[in-house]
Amino acid sequence: MKILRSSLASPYFTSLATVALLVLMFGMGSFAYTGFFSLQVILNLLIDNAFLLVIAIGMTFVILSGGIDLSVGSVLALTTMISAYLLQSWHWPPLLVIACVLLIGSCFGALMGALIHFFKLQAFIVTLAGMFLARGLCYLISINSITIDQPLYVELSQARLGILGAFISPSVVIAMLMLALAIYLAHYTRFGRAVYAIGGNEQSALLMGLPVGRTKVLVYAFSGFCAALAGVLFSFYMLSGYGLHAQGTELDAIAAVVIGGTLLSGGYGYVAGTLTGVLILGVIQTLIAFDGSLSSWWTKIVIGALLFIFCVAQRLMSMSAGGIGSASPVSKAA
Amino acid sequence: MSTPMHTQPISEAELSSAASNTPQPLPSRLSHTLRHPLIRPLAALALLLAIDFFVIPGFFRMEWKDGHLYGSLIDIVNRAAPLILTALGMTLVIATRGIDISVGAVVAISGTVIALLIGGNVEMHNGVPQYVSQIPMGWAIAAAMGAAILCGAWNGFLVATLGLQPIIATLILMVGGRGLAQLLTDGQIITVYYKPFFYLGSGYLFGLPFSLFIAIGVFLIVALLMRKTALGLFIQAVGINPVAARLAGIRTAALIFFVYIFCSACAGVAGLLISSNIKSADANNAGLLLELDAILAVTLGGTSLAGGKFSLVGSVIGALIIQTLTYTIYSMGVPPEVNMVVKSIVVFAVCLSQSPEFRHLWKRLFGASAQEKQ
Repeated sequence: MKILRSSLASPYFTSLATVALLVLMFGMGSFAYTGFFSLQVILNLLIDNAFLLVIAIGMTFVILSGGIDLSVGSVLALTTMISAYLLQSWHWPPLLVIACVLLIGSCFGALMGALIHFFKLQAFIVTLAGMFLARGLCYLISINSITIDQPLYVELSQARLGILGAFISPSVVIAMLMLALAIYLAHYTRFGRAVYAIGGNEQSALLMGLPVGRTKVLVYAFSGFCAALAGVLFSFYMLSGYGLHAQGTELDAIAAVVIGGTLLSGGYGYVAGTLTGVLILGVIQTLIAFDGSLSSWWTKIVIGALLFIFCVAQRLMSMSAGGIGSASPVSKAA
Repeated sequence: MSTPMHTQPISEAELSSAASNTPQPLPSRLSHTLRHPLIRPLAALALLLAIDFFVIPGFFRMEWKDGHLYGSLIDIVNRAAPLILTALGMTLVIATRGIDISVGAVVAISGTVIALLIGGNVEMHNGVPQYVSQIPMGWAIAAAMGAAILCGAWNGFLVATLGLQPIIATLILMVGGRGLAQLLTDGQIITVYYKPFFYLGSGYLFGLPFSLFIAIGVFLIVALLMRKTALGLFIQAVGINPVAARLAGIRTAALIFFVYIFCSACAGVAGLLISSNIKSADANNAGLLLELDAILAVTLGGTSLAGGKFSLVGSVIGALIIQTLTYTIYSMGVPPEVNMVVKSIVVFAVCLSQSPEFRHLWKRLFGASAQEKQ
């Protein structure tokens, strides 16, 4: 009994539960549908969700620091739009375009972070306005979708890297590199420790002499960078720029982070958990695609249900643990 | 004040406290009025209307036609009614330090339920098409409101009983709720043919849009409850310090629970109005991003997102500002998409103007330049 309790309260528990759930869902799919159990299906999860993984990585840092970033989906759309415009209308070299949009994304995030930190505005409302702004800017460039036919982009979108008889796309490699970098950043650097400390208790972090302001701005800048990178991957995937791209992705990203075991009150979680969160969302969609009779709205319903289960589990755990994140019922609005 | 120690200029706070203690001379009474929390939103609305007066020809013209009043202003209030309703509910939620981002989904759910129950049957009776509803409209409205209240109870349960963060608790319904609405309609848009139902969203009473009366009615009820009972005080107490409120004997959990129910109920009514107005239920798009507009309206009205301070009138004005802004942008022939950029800039400006840090910085910059001039 005691072992059960301590394992329930152990920091790994939600992450383990997520992995178990992932295996279970994949197992169910393998039994139910022929052709589900194959390496390519697993790799397709990564191919289709590489951009979501990158966005969710940035979101993980923001949530770990006790904030939230609602602008990521529209920053992604803005990135595809700017890339498409620069490539198609101004014929800039692709690498310059990529560097340019990554810079824009980071600056956008840093600006929001600065507003949040220096003017003590709520992250929720600032990033909400950022979301409006980025989507609106998309439409200022063009209301219609712009197709990208730049050779490098086309080549990257069609490239297939063989692996054990199956294949992945270059986007997956980039997303995985990003994941490795993020794990390193979160768990092995001063920056990462500062992020966890701020999420745990900002006042304490301040009193400990941690660079709270700089870290918070950097966290939002990193999230903006990730959103822009996801936008680049997304434009490899879709070969177009469009203001309606990736609508609601911010919610998927938040869902992935929560399902991956990161506490929404901040300060606790694993970046690697976010990968399992993204994969679970991917598996749900694959199951629905394989079934054929289930419709797309089941995705939303299942994600909602999973969010519910994980939030309640987190809450119950933090209540039994007593310490971590045991916020009062009405602690944080955002 | 006259001691030689006091060489520094008197701060604004000192001035205002002095002004409130002493009998007020005219200029300070004026400045006191200017500091009223509703002045800023009202000024913004007035500014917008003034711009409209110059930019849109015949903006203030009203016409009496077929027993109805027609005109841009009427149009704006008619369209603002759903937003006003949601903003009223949202105000109370935000006043308790919460937030409800599921109102858009609730709008979709209540609109879907009523459209499904009323149905869209056209039956031919002796060669005359007759529109019939599947069940009486009263029951359908009750069912739709019941669904909305259930949604609110769900949110309230998660926030008040389980103690989840409001934004996450309502995120669950925001994601799942629209899915449920789509499940009910099979992803289709359901058209309603039943005439009496259209009265809700596009009917006229005493020459004015009926939806306006619903919005005013709900506003009056809430305002009376807040002013004439202790409810408003309790809500403020919970928003300012939930722990202290609980220790002072307020049933915090129950209060929060009912605030979320009220917010969803308001969204439910908004859903009825919207689906009646467009004569259909669109689970994909009805109430999309409405939560953001509602939060924006509440913020514009001067309600603090940190909880505690709230203004119902302010939220109504905020909703009117948003609708007027939308109307202006549409009428000026600017692509409607620009709306989002304008809205976001307004949010940034409002948030910054509410931030003491920003005001401090502004004063320092402004003060410095004033000193240079001297």
